[in-house]
Amino acid sequence: MSFQLPPLPYDYQVLEPFVDKETMNLHHTKHHQAYVNNLNGATKDSDIVAICQNIKNYPVAVRNNGGGHYNHSLFWKWMAPVGSSNVAPTGTLKEKIEATFGSVDEMKKKFTDAALTRFGSGWAWLGVKKDGSLAISSTANQDNPLMAGVADVEMIPILGLDVWEHAYYLKYQNRRGEYIQQWWNVVNWDEVVKYYDNFASKNNPVPINQ
Amino acid sequence: MFANIARVLAQSSNKCLPLIRAKHSLPDLPYDFNALEPVISAEIMQVHHQKHHATYVNNLNVAEEKLFEAKQRGSVSDQIALTSALKFNGGGHINHSIFWTILCQNGSSEPGGELAEAIKRDFGSYQRMVDLLVATSTGIQGSGWGWLGYNKQLNRLEIAACANQDPLQATTGLHPLFGIDVWEHAYYLQYKNARPDYVKSIFKIANWRKVEELFGKARHD
Repeated sequence: MSFQLPPLPYDYQVLEPFVDKETMNLHHTKHHQAYVNNLNGATKDSDIVAICQNIKNYPVAVRNNGGGHYNHSLFWKWMAPVGSSNVAPTGTLKEKIEATFGSVDEMKKKFTDAALTRFGSGWAWLGVKKDGSLAISSTANQDNPLMAGVADVEMIPILGLDVWEHAYYLKYQNRRGEYIQQWWNVVNWDEVVKYYDNFASKNNPVPINQ
Repeated sequence: MFANIARVLAQSSNKCLPLIRAKHSLPDLPYDFNALEPVISAEIMQVHHQKHHATYVNNLNVAEEKLFEAKQRGSVSDQIALTSALKFNGGGHINHSIFWTILCQNGSSEPGGELAEAIKRDFGSYQRMVDLLVATSTGIQGSGWGWLGYNKQLNRLEIAACANQDPLQATTGLHPLFGIDVWEHAYYLQYKNARPDYVKSIFKIANWRKVEELFGKARHD
């Protein structure tokens, strides 16, 4: 049972003007597809969450491509066209964010900073640690916070932002700050809240279907 | 009277001199933005030079200023906190300054002279060296550089990969000769995800005359 590229939950152009159609197309059909293909070539194991959590037992090809597959599978779900989701977190997650960071805006500032200061390729994360607290961090390349012994901050990611240049270069070139600022417009907060309520708050990583 | 003036000048220059610190500046490209077409587009050259390299230069100057201030304050901790910024931006400035010079409009097809002999000796053939450098550069995960470098201690050429903007010599001891920037910003606008195509094509615009000169300097200095 090999890994599959998950279909996008929407058409390539729906995140315009914040994330452009050409980037969505290339990002999904080329970059994510390559991670899937390479992952299938690198391991016969099929539980991607377990792979990430035990990444030290796997060769670097699995770390790069397994991470890439997991991260991007959630990335597509973490975004949605404007108007299709609440524009801010709700419920328990909202309370938790306010208790931890002071406000949603403060959390976004910290997250933005993590995304800006990740030098080179990587991701910024909002996640839930083992003790149930929220934290923000970034990782290099296709690492993610599930990767025990690899990530600086081990936690269950409930929101992530790709800051590899391929995620924004066609539209934003070197202006990563502008990309991050615009990306907040398409965050699918309903999905993030679901991930918190159904998985992370119960100390379970968010599953992906493929 | 003149002795007094001289003394005042000497005293004031002691105060002023530390404030006059050389800042790094963006080197000019040795050619127009479109000179490397069709291998590297004018658009890429312009953004790469005027935005990316310029930012490394600016941020390096800021980091060095902060380093100087931290040293003045006697804060070792603050100096150490600046090492990442120095490596990122200093490495970026070093790497790109070399990069512009080892590319040219009508690259000579292959290296000559001492460099050609060394390549034959250490790799078997020019093509084998290219294949190795292509594979290394293409295989870098995330952002980084592939290098042909010179190991002065062992007197041999080596291929190496560096992550992010880690500068080759400070990181590995190798003298940089020919480097390939494989950060996505170096090729994405034109090649999209096809990094291998970009890496293979770059040899068409390699300035082997310059690389031979760098090799000569590294060997004989």
